[in-house]
Amino acid sequence: MAGVQVTRADQREDFRRLVRAELPRLYAIARSLVGADAEDAVQDCMVKAFERLDQVRDPAAGAAWLRSILVNCCRDRGRARSRQPVPVDWGEAEDFSLYRKIAYEDPFPYSDSLHLDFLQGFGREDVHAVLLRLPEIYRVPLVLVYMHGFLTKETAAILQVPLGTVLARLHRGRKLFEKQMWDYAEENGLLKEDVR
Amino acid sequence: MITCSEAVRRLWEYLDAMVDEADREAVEEHLSLCRRCCGELEFAVELRRLLLGSGRGDIPTDVLRRLNQTLEELG
Ligand SMILES: [Zn+2]
Repeated sequence: MAGVQVTRADQREDFRRLVRAELPRLYAIARSLVGADAEDAVQDCMVKAFERLDQVRDPAAGAAWLRSILVNCCRDRGRARSRQPVPVDWGEAEDFSLYRKIAYEDPFPYSDSLHLDFLQGFGREDVHAVLLRLPEIYRVPLVLVYMHGFLTKETAAILQVPLGTVLARLHRGRKLFEKQMWDYAEENGLLKEDVR
Repeated sequence: MITCSEAVRRLWEYLDAMVDEADREAVEEHLSLCRRCCGELEFAVELRRLLLGSGRGDIPTDVLRRLNQTLEELG
């Protein structure tokens, strides 16, 4: 049975090589989804993936398989924490246009690139903070598709919902994100010309 | 012609190439005639760039070390 054992050892070595190569990306995705819990979520993912090693049929799909496990580990952690996102005033968010809001409020009267100036006030941590305000069902597809380049159909498969549901959540998620960006900018002093 | 709010509602799908042929033409026709929606489009492009850029980031070396250690200890 030496041959079988070698195969198993090879499989484990392939797994370690795959995870090692994917660690930076997995961690970046987890950072966006669960913030400070990212390291724990990646640990969960490695353990879970290792337990399911026999499920891997196509080694070429290994990275996508890992990402899928990671997203679900992040969702479990998110739920366990039962974050309390800001209550959503959906009526207000539905018609919200951040572009128009910025033009109308004109926060930087001396600027000739108002909209770019607004966006430049947001560092990476600010973007993450805004995302963490959104309910999970909107945050997750938004993060996967627009921050990490997942395909919408890949996202649908990971979340086990129809493609139309992902598209609808992306649409609502974008509106909520724009609205929360504005509120966050107001609350955190990003609209003051003198601080930039 | 579609209205501004109809055009804006389709902008991200348009940028994702997720609209059908008819919608794509409708959006492009609107954009060719509406300056404000062109501004919305440029802003959407910048906002997407911000999101994509915010997804990148290095993994801290101590975190990487701990994760690699767990990986070696598995099994
Ligand atoms: Zn228009």
